[in-house]
Amino acid sequence: MKILVGYKRVVDYNVRIQVKPDGSGVVTEGVKLSANPFDDIALEEALRLREKGMAEEVIVIGIGPADLTAHLRNGLAMGANRAIHVSTSEAVQPLTAARVLLKLVEKEQPGLVILGKQAIDDDANQTGQMLAALWDRPQATFAGKVEIADGKATVTREVDAGLETIEAELPAVITTDLRLNEPRFIKLPDIMKAKSKPLDVVELSSLGVDSGDHLKVTHYAAPPKRGRGVMVKDAAELVAALKQKGLL
Amino acid sequence: MSKILIIAEHLDGKLNLATARAVSAAAAVKPEGIDVMVLSDQPDAIATEAAAIEGVSKVLTVARTENMHALAAIVAPQVAAAAKGYSHVFAPSTTFGKDVAPRVAGLLGVNQVSDVMTVESSHVFTRPIYAGNAIVTVEAPAGQIVVATIRTASWPAAGKAASTAPVEALSLDVALPTHTRFVGLKQGKSDRPDLQSAARVVSGGRGVGSKENFDIVYKFADKIGAAVGASRAAVDAGYVPNEMQVGQTGKIIAPELYMAIGISGAIQHLTGIKDAGTIVAINKDGEAPIFEVADIGLVGDLFKILPELEQALA
Repeated sequence: MKILVGYKRVVDYNVRIQVKPDGSGVVTEGVKLSANPFDDIALEEALRLREKGMAEEVIVIGIGPADLTAHLRNGLAMGANRAIHVSTSEAVQPLTAARVLLKLVEKEQPGLVILGKQAIDDDANQTGQMLAALWDRPQATFAGKVEIADGKATVTREVDAGLETIEAELPAVITTDLRLNEPRFIKLPDIMKAKSKPLDVVELSSLGVDSGDHLKVTHYAAPPKRGRGVMVKDAAELVAALKQKGLL
Repeated sequence: MSKILIIAEHLDGKLNLATARAVSAAAAVKPEGIDVMVLSDQPDAIATEAAAIEGVSKVLTVARTENMHALAAIVAPQVAAAAKGYSHVFAPSTTFGKDVAPRVAGLLGVNQVSDVMTVESSHVFTRPIYAGNAIVTVEAPAGQIVVATIRTASWPAAGKAASTAPVEALSLDVALPTHTRFVGLKQGKSDRPDLQSAARVVSGGRGVGSKENFDIVYKFADKIGAAVGASRAAVDAGYVPNEMQVGQTGKIIAPELYMAIGISGAIQHLTGIKDAGTIVAINKDGEAPIFEVADIGLVGDLFKILPELEQALA
C-alpha cells in the first residue's frame, strides 16, 4: 500500500502574526516557516504504518512556489520515500488543493491519504473532506487513533461530544488531530540521506485542474484587542470585583 | 434574493443549540427564507425543536435508517441534492459542521467560507485566520452557491418563534455509500452545563498538575454552576478528556465569565476565549501571557486561592 501525505509549509506556530498596516495581508517576509504541525503528525502516522508493515511507500506532497523543494526535503529527511512538488506561484485554495490531490491519487493509487485536519495559516479545515467527496471515498476527520486491518481503517475521531469511532473501507482519507502521535525529530544523517531521495516536480498547470472560482480576500485586519485589565490581590477582592460586575 | 439551507446538528434525538446560532447568521443575510434540514432515522422530535426557532421558514426532514448516525459520507450527498434552489448552505462550525460542510462544498464544486464571524452582505463575510490573529474579509463568487460554516461563538442563538414553522418530509433520490460505518461514541458523562453554551466556564491548565488535582477545579465550577474546560496542555497530559479542550483546535467559546486557572495563555488557547465577556486569570506566574488579556488577574497559588474563593462565596 502507498500512503500519500499532504505536507504544507506555513508560518511557524510560534510566530506572532502581524497584519500589514494597509490591510493587504499579513507579514510573511523574513518570518520563520515550518511544516504545518498537523501535517507533521500526518507524516509521522504514515511512517509508523510503514514501520508496522502496513505500507510500502510514503509519498509527501507539497503545492507551492519553487522554493518549496527545501521544505519537502525535510519530509524526506523525516522518512518519506519520495516527494512530489506541485509547482505554482499562485496561492491555492482548498478546492484546488483537493483537485490536485485527486489527480495524484488517480496516478499513484494509494490505499490511504493522510492530511492535517487544518493548516494553521488559513485555518480552513476543508481539503481532506473535499478530496474524499471528489474521490467518492470515506473520510475520517480529526483522527486521534488509527488502526488498519482487513482492508479497512478503524479511526477514533475527536469530536465535540467525545470520542467517536468509525470504520472506513480503504482507500480512504484521514485527517489528523493533535493527539494522534508525537512526530519524530529529524536527525542530521537523515538530512544527508534525504538529498538523494526522489523528488519530482510537476507544474500545477500541467495537471489539467480547474481551479474554479476562488474566494476573494479583500481585506486583512488585526483582531480587536482585549486590553489588560486590573489585578486584584486576593480571593476576597476577586469575589468583590466579580460581584460588582454582576457575574456572581 | 437569498434562500438559505441550514444543516441541523443533533445528538440523541435532541437539537444542538449550535443550529440556532447558525440561524442567527442566516438571518443576517436577510434572506427570503431559512430552511432547516434534519437528517435522522427519527427526525420528528428534532424537527419540532427546529420549527420553534425564530426566523426559520420551514423544516425539511429526511428520515432514513442510514441517517441514524451523522457520517459525513452519508449526510453530504443528501445535503448536496437538497441544496438545489438555495443560494446558501450553512452549518455550525462544530466538529459536525466542519466534517460535513466541506464535503458538501466539494460535491457542489465550490470553495467554502469557514468560521463566519460577521455577515457583510449576501456574499461578503469576515472570518478568522492564523488562530484569530488576523480577520479577513472574503467575498464568495457571485452566481454560485455559498457553503459556509458559522463560528458559533460569534453568534447568539436565535430565540423562540411566536408560531412554529411548518415541517415537511423530503424524499431525495440519492444513493448512499456503505463504505463508512459508525462503530461507537464514547461521551463524557457530565451533569455540568454544556461547555459550548454555558454562561460561566472554569478551565484548568498544566498548572493544575494532575488528573486528581483537577477535582479542585470541578468543585469550584460546581460551586458557581460553571462548565469545565481545559487547555491543550491539560488534555495532552491526560488530566481531562479531549472534549474539554478550549482553543484553536478545540472548542471556541463565548461565556459571560471565563476563569482560567493555572493556564499560561498560549495564543492557541486565547483564540478559543477571546469572545468571552469577562476573563479572569489565576496563575502563580505573574508574567504569564494570560494576564495580557485578562480583565481581572490574580497572581498566586491556585490550590490556596480556589478554596478561599469557595469560602468567600459560602
